[in-house]
Amino acid sequence: MALYNDKVMDHFMNPRNVGEIENPDGSGTYGSPVCGDMMMITIKVDNDVITDAKFKTFGCGSAIASSSMATEMIIGKTIDEALAITNKDIVDELGGLPAIKLHCSVLADHAIKCAIYDYAQKNGKTYAGLEGFDPNADDDDEEAIEQ
Amino acid sequence: MRQVYLDYSATTPVKKEVLDAMLPYFTEHFGNPSSIYGIGLESKDAITNARTQVAKLINADPAEVFFDAGGTESDNWAVFGIADALKDKGNHIITTKIEHHAMLHSCEFLEKHGYDVTYLGIGPDGRIKLDELEAAITDKTILISVMMVNNEIGTIQPIKEIGAIAKKHGIVFHTDAVQALGNVPIDVKDMGIDLMSMSSHKIYGPKGIGALYIRRGVKISNYLHGGAQENKRRAGTENLPGIIGFGKAAELAGENFAEHVKHCSELRNYLIDEVLKRIPNVKVNGSMEYRHPGNANLTFEYIEGEAMLLMLDAKGISVSTGSACSSTSLVPSHVLSALGIPVEQIHGTLRFTIGDFTTKEDIDYVVECLSEIVGTLRGVSSVNSKKGW
Ligand SMILES: Cc1ncc(COP(=O)(O)O)c(C=O)c1O
Ligand code: FES
Repeated sequence: MALYNDKVMDHFMNPRNVGEIENPDGSGTYGSPVCGDMMMITIKVDNDVITDAKFKTFGCGSAIASSSMATEMIIGKTIDEALAITNKDIVDELGGLPAIKLHCSVLADHAIKCAIYDYAQKNGKTYAGLEGFDPNADDDDEEAIEQ
Repeated sequence: MRQVYLDYSATTPVKKEVLDAMLPYFTEHFGNPSSIYGIGLESKDAITNARTQVAKLINADPAEVFFDAGGTESDNWAVFGIADALKDKGNHIITTKIEHHAMLHSCEFLEKHGYDVTYLGIGPDGRIKLDELEAAITDKTILISVMMVNNEIGTIQPIKEIGAIAKKHGIVFHTDAVQALGNVPIDVKDMGIDLMSMSSHKIYGPKGIGALYIRRGVKISNYLHGGAQENKRRAGTENLPGIIGFGKAAELAGENFAEHVKHCSELRNYLIDEVLKRIPNVKVNGSMEYRHPGNANLTFEYIEGEAMLLMLDAKGISVSTGSACSSTSLVPSHVLSALGIPVEQIHGTLRFTIGDFTTKEDIDYVVECLSEIVGTLRGVSSVNSKKGW
């Protein structure tokens, strides 16, 4: 039996939106201390809509697949919609991850928030979805992992 | 698609000669070795022959070889058997940080039951320091257990010197030789070994069978209790086909030893040279001088091992990794940690182990695929040689 389902494997083997946007409107990096993975995401925002997103990730297959899926999910969404995306949504969209790999999806969800936070800071904006969010908190604790 | 298996330290395929030797013992020669009629006695004779084959490979007397269920049982038996037999003498055990979990978890269990365990560290070459070993000895020390060859980095420990220290202090010396058997010369007498763990499935024999060498005169308690098999030392109806297979595999390992070592080390060196030539930012872990002939343990910086493993698997290549991400516990390799490799680099570590069926074309294919895969993953990675970690 394969470790990951076909969809996860597809996003891992052929990741979408790999790279770094030049002069991004927001950028965020998030690393999980649990196993030393790290995701960097850059976004372009136009009129509160995320028009482009690119990522770079150091991590396992599921970290790369989650990153790829997360960028696909936020492109074309408003900031508020993007902020509402949870790691569970990413996992569901991927058709599931092995239980031990769920924390890799938290990485993507946090990195998105970091990039939006950066955008909000630079543009003096506030979003309900960012309330209480601290980009420097490295809390990859069990609570944060849904499902 | 081409299939390349480079994980011979995980397990090996059973050789045809070994399988052929085993097969009759499933069907016509199925008799219980404890029965005293014809087919029982035949089984008993076959076991005696296998015991002699294994003994010969390590220069032991056949009566000092006790068949059991493999490396894990042998390690458990050695630790618990000595802890019990010598409990009036002391409660201190010396081992290393880089042992197999069969040893480490057995020691941790004993720690919960009143025993003290010293875990020796290793130097940058992967070897323990003899002065540290000697300094750790107390009047309560009952066992020194140091593996002969490490399963991840392939480092060979100074076993003969350790044996001499143990003897000087009158302490029982056990070594886990699961990875060493058939790969490095073993002479239990010359090396001063009291107890030694062996496993068949690492030397082209079947799984679930192994042996503990117990030097004549060593006081050790039984671990499995029941019938009078194995000269009353290890109960349970013998795994007859397994024992026959292990014996045959040991015989072949002895006959092919020089050729096997030459074949594996040449291909291993070729693999390492080609990788270092073609792929930047790669490090070799552990000593090259004191090393298992088939082992290459390499760190590919800025990428993660499970991801490499999956991409290699998609190309038909089987290797293993020390990365936490691919372990069920999400803990990075304890061996690479003991070697002082930073966690982020342990993530990018792959172990390649070469065996008798590996060819030069296999290595060429692996290097080709590796350089492509490493390039791809580095392109995706958020860390690189310019940015650093
Ligand atoms: C060094 C070492 N000790 C013990 C074992 C366990 O042996 P077995 O698989 O026969 O239980 C292994 C196998 O992985 C090993 O490499
Ligand atoms: S990055 Fe380590 S388990 Fe996913």
